[in-house]
Amino acid sequence: MAWHDTLPAAMTELSHDQFLTTDEVRRVATLCRIGLTDNEVERLRGEMESLIAEVSILQAIDTTGVEPTGHAVEEVSTVMRDDTPVPSLPLEDILLNAPRREGDYFRVQAVMDDSGG
Amino acid sequence: MSDALHAKEVSASELADAHLTRINKIDHRIGAYLTVTSDVARDQALVADATLARGDGGALTGVPMQLKDNMATRGIPTTCASLMLDGFLPPYDATVTQVLAGEGAVLLGKGNMDEYAMGSSNETSAYKPVHNPWELNRVPGGSSGGPAAAVAAGLAAYSLGSDTGGSIRQPASLCGIVGLKPTYGLVSRYGLVAFASSLDQIGPLTRNVEDSALVMNAIAGYDPHDSTSIQADKIDYTAGLTHGVKGLRLGIVPEYLGDGIDPRIADATREAVQQLEALGAEVTEISLPHSRAALAVYYVLAPSECSANLARYDGVKYGYSAQDITGLMPALEATRERGFGTEVKRRMIMGTYALSAGYYDAYYKKAQQVRTLIRHEFDAAFAKVDVLVTPTAPTTAFKLGEIQDPVVMHANDVCTVPANIAGIPGISVPCGFVDGLPVGLQILGAHLNEATILRAAYAYEQTTEWHMQHPNL
Repeated sequence: MAWHDTLPAAMTELSHDQFLTTDEVRRVATLCRIGLTDNEVERLRGEMESLIAEVSILQAIDTTGVEPTGHAVEEVSTVMRDDTPVPSLPLEDILLNAPRREGDYFRVQAVMDDSGG
Repeated sequence: MSDALHAKEVSASELADAHLTRINKIDHRIGAYLTVTSDVARDQALVADATLARGDGGALTGVPMQLKDNMATRGIPTTCASLMLDGFLPPYDATVTQVLAGEGAVLLGKGNMDEYAMGSSNETSAYKPVHNPWELNRVPGGSSGGPAAAVAAGLAAYSLGSDTGGSIRQPASLCGIVGLKPTYGLVSRYGLVAFASSLDQIGPLTRNVEDSALVMNAIAGYDPHDSTSIQADKIDYTAGLTHGVKGLRLGIVPEYLGDGIDPRIADATREAVQQLEALGAEVTEISLPHSRAALAVYYVLAPSECSANLARYDGVKYGYSAQDITGLMPALEATRERGFGTEVKRRMIMGTYALSAGYYDAYYKKAQQVRTLIRHEFDAAFAKVDVLVTPTAPTTAFKLGEIQDPVVMHANDVCTVPANIAGIPGISVPCGFVDGLPVGLQILGAHLNEATILRAAYAYEQTTEWHMQHPNL
């Protein structure tokens, strides 16, 4: 089976030579808040096609009725700690690495602005 | 080294100074360190000497070591080899940092690595590449390339690395040393900068198997700060080392000796198996047909988990921040565009894609289901045999800059990722040389069977001399 025969249905609408659009790359980059130049978008588009082809062999494996594994070790279950207050790290230690601070606070960019961003 | 310290043949201060001098003399050619902590090392060595003078201290007291730069060291830069964490000073120690300090260890510095542990050649470090001590124009492997090169070059007695898809074992193989990835959850991840949380595990890189067991004695154990930590009994990993392999059931896996594996490495693996058989191991062939799918599972799950874990780098609380950009969203995008390197961005975007609406079932869920099949396959194998023996890496060290294609780079992890997928322990021990470059043998065991793989590795090591060879520097 050729690798492109194993792609999910959503992708086969595009040609086999190019199944990922630059718009799609931009959309995903925006979802994870990474700025990209036009050149980077084009390079990533090609690389992601190869990476998707690499992992598409999974589609050929029958997993009917197979439970997904999130963690490989069954000994690990949800852990609850005692509801006892413990001292926090000193404020100065925490603010030591702050790119910008104002008094005892982290300084952030304006959340509301005219552009609605 | 420990024996000499306890016998007072050498002091911890002398050892620390000798290592610091050697780092100063040759590390500019290797690049194994991102930060050298001379003052900390000298202070810790003085404390260790006082402990030893009282006749106290353990096997690690006064022994100089390195930590990979993704383990938090309070007040000492911890960068993950990324510009995003340039100059970052952790407000607390990782559990392993604290435990080793408590054992009287001497911290020489922080080990170079692939950025955020994403890579198999150490070339994605934002600061500098690491050169393989055996041949300086070749890579040391990755992502724990700094730790492996430091140990191989005599720039630390041991180092701690992290292994998400082979990042301890593969560089150990390429640098001719011993690297152990413990069972997932056996060593605390508290203070290890997260890459892929369901796969990451800390372990030792050492010059021989006994040292590996000694470091494990210190770092293995339950930690309430790590919610995935296993509540297993503390055991002495050195206790059974010399018990040999007579009657040990050993599986050899054809899927790890065929396509994509350098035939000379496959031969070295078979010879090592014959050696273990001669020592009394019972060898059978075990097929693991889903092994090849493990790489695809890994390259869905690891990027997906990393895209979630690295969402925290927003330029507000710590790390690089694009202060010259106005507006919340543009500043956030610029911070992450400039702070992260190419490989890290590629993986985050790939992971976000695999997790996004419309593709989640086809990639992420599918990979988790195949993960179950791989786990079951290993469970079935370990019902029949005690250990599985494979090559650690498909090739010896390749040249710096030789591999540009990410898919080709991923193939380096083909023998090591299955253990992370299944959460089982694996060790790499030197098993020969091809064209003057080291080859590693991987021994895998069932969950929490570190003692068994250490015993097999020790038996093999004691009847060979590969680990006694050192690079000429």
